[in-house]
Amino acid sequence: MLRMLRQIARVGVRTEPPPAPADELAKSERLQAEVLATLGRALAIRQVDAGSCNGCELEIHALGNPCYNIEGLGIRFVASPRHADMLLVTGPVSKHMAIALKRTYDATPEPKLVVAVGDCGCHGGIFGESYASLGAVSKVIPVDVEVPGCPPTPTALLQGILTAIRARE
Amino acid sequence: MDLSGLGLSGAKLPSAPPAARVAVRSGQLVPACRLARDQGAHLVALWASDERDRGAGFAVRVVLGDATGFTVLETAVPDLEEARYGDVSAVFPAASRMQRAAFDLVGVASESDDQRPWAWMASWPIDRYPLRRDFEASPKWEPGQEEYEFVRVEGDGVHEIPVGPVHAGTIEPGHFRFQVVGEKVLRLEERFGYAHKGIEKRFESMRAADAFRLAGRVSGDSTVAYAWAYALALEAIAGAAVPPRALWLRALALERERIANHLGDLGALGNDGGFAFGLAQFSRLREEFVRASHAAFGHRFMMDYVTPGGVAQDVEHGRLAAMAAEAKRLAREVATLRGIYDEHDGLQDRFRTCGRVTPELAAQLGLTGLAGRASGQARDLRADFPAAPYDALAVRKCVADGGDVAARVAVRFDELAESLRLVHAIVEGMPGGDVRTALPEAVPDRLGVGQVEGWRGPVLVALDIGAGGAIRRCHPHDPSWANWPVVEHAVIGNIVPDFPLINKSFNLSYSGQDL
Repeated sequence: MLRMLRQIARVGVRTEPPPAPADELAKSERLQAEVLATLGRALAIRQVDAGSCNGCELEIHALGNPCYNIEGLGIRFVASPRHADMLLVTGPVSKHMAIALKRTYDATPEPKLVVAVGDCGCHGGIFGESYASLGAVSKVIPVDVEVPGCPPTPTALLQGILTAIRARE
Repeated sequence: MDLSGLGLSGAKLPSAPPAARVAVRSGQLVPACRLARDQGAHLVALWASDERDRGAGFAVRVVLGDATGFTVLETAVPDLEEARYGDVSAVFPAASRMQRAAFDLVGVASESDDQRPWAWMASWPIDRYPLRRDFEASPKWEPGQEEYEFVRVEGDGVHEIPVGPVHAGTIEPGHFRFQVVGEKVLRLEERFGYAHKGIEKRFESMRAADAFRLAGRVSGDSTVAYAWAYALALEAIAGAAVPPRALWLRALALERERIANHLGDLGALGNDGGFAFGLAQFSRLREEFVRASHAAFGHRFMMDYVTPGGVAQDVEHGRLAAMAAEAKRLAREVATLRGIYDEHDGLQDRFRTCGRVTPELAAQLGLTGLAGRASGQARDLRADFPAAPYDALAVRKCVADGGDVAARVAVRFDELAESLRLVHAIVEGMPGGDVRTALPEAVPDRLGVGQVEGWRGPVLVALDIGAGGAIRRCHPHDPSWANWPVVEHAVIGNIVPDFPLINKSFNLSYSGQDL
């Protein structure tokens, strides 16, 4: 116990300031209007891996580390789409995940935001469209913000998420 | 392995580590597997290819390994509706899903009783096979839904819990079907394939020199291992000699990939054991570590760093020295955290005896890689078949025989310490010189195989180049194929709430086996 406390004291606070929102990531007009008026101070995110290589998931995990400390901004990941304000979706959307993704979207209460993550989520990436892949997330559900990158850095992800909710500030 | 008892002998195959290629008649496939297993061999991979345009029907290839090396058994199956090849899963149980996927993708069936689909999920017609050379996809094919036949447990008080493909946490898609009594798991059955995005078909539209990028995205957490295995296969076919400095830089990247993943897993395992302190500490170390990778290699996960013929860029001396210093510092930090984990009774209570796979069961089922080493399966390509630079580094194999979550945690801690030592040793021993060589034109119609010990286990890439440097067939094979079925066994008798912890302790790839 003592060693643990000593370690906590020694390491200190490592959280860094969050990035500013970026207009160029926004894909829909509705961001500032009805959606954001409705949401409270806290944002609940349901992450959906719709067929990624798992690289994007590693960076989404990193958002929770002490440096980005996403929970410190009032943003948390939830276990059910029914509890979520936002879907954070990685792609490419495999055909095998298309129905599950659509159902997850339908289960999320209005107003809902969708952030497509990674080159694959934005346009299919290296996997493209094929007998097994539908490519971009926007082929299956409406997308509000797109965050490119392979994978996008945690800072880019945070920027994308904050772009979607910035009107709240 | 010696298959001369069946009158079989092999020819050398372009590969690293070395492997022999043995043609077997259809009837000899299972006896050859049995003979090899009796000599201690394990199954590495199984896949099928369409060779009808070469007048050879369909080829089924089975890679076996033992202490003496690797053998690729190759059997031709005629292009006839009723043609079958021997059921390899009768000898190596892990072959079952590989055989089912081979049927879904190539349309060549084994004699196994289990003919349920694996890669197929009703999103293309069941009588079309994507990896046949005459396959053409239709835009009319809509995502569908199959009725999969799960094995059900009958009896008083038994109920079923379906989980996935969308999970409660940030993890990859897959379906788990639990049969439970109260809290206790009687049976778990996995249904994967949700992340199937047509990687193997995609390879066939790429040029061999470019496809290392796709190989590096088969399973993003193992991007260095896959890109290196791909490069090995292509370099073996082309007969390229990669400059020594490039090999040392590749090993540096591979060990850094192992360290980053082990740091992430150790934090997540602490968290799943109810110890959030562990996640905060290890995820901070991981973040600092991947930032250093970005500074030196230009990418946090070192994607696209290993290229056929060498590496994408040199790393300057100052950065190398910084990495050696970082390794020493990190080793001290990890040792402190290991002490805290070891002393935490609550955490150890969750880890010990949880999700146990005995060494006997591990051997029988073919558990491999990190999880295998935690169940007494002492195999590690870096130590068993050391190629440069590992031949100069004397890699210590980290093995435990507990087979539980605690053992898989302990092996990660041991390997972390060893990889940090290796980073230091690699920086010290780094030779000078070029970091790339121009790749000679690959000789067409040759099969090449590359294997690399990734952080999760051995990653294999088999590559067949056609005319003009185009890829005819590429099969990337993840150790998760072998280990996923073992998770079903590891969970039996445990309680449902321990499943996330057990699953994380294996941390297998969905994308890597769904392809």
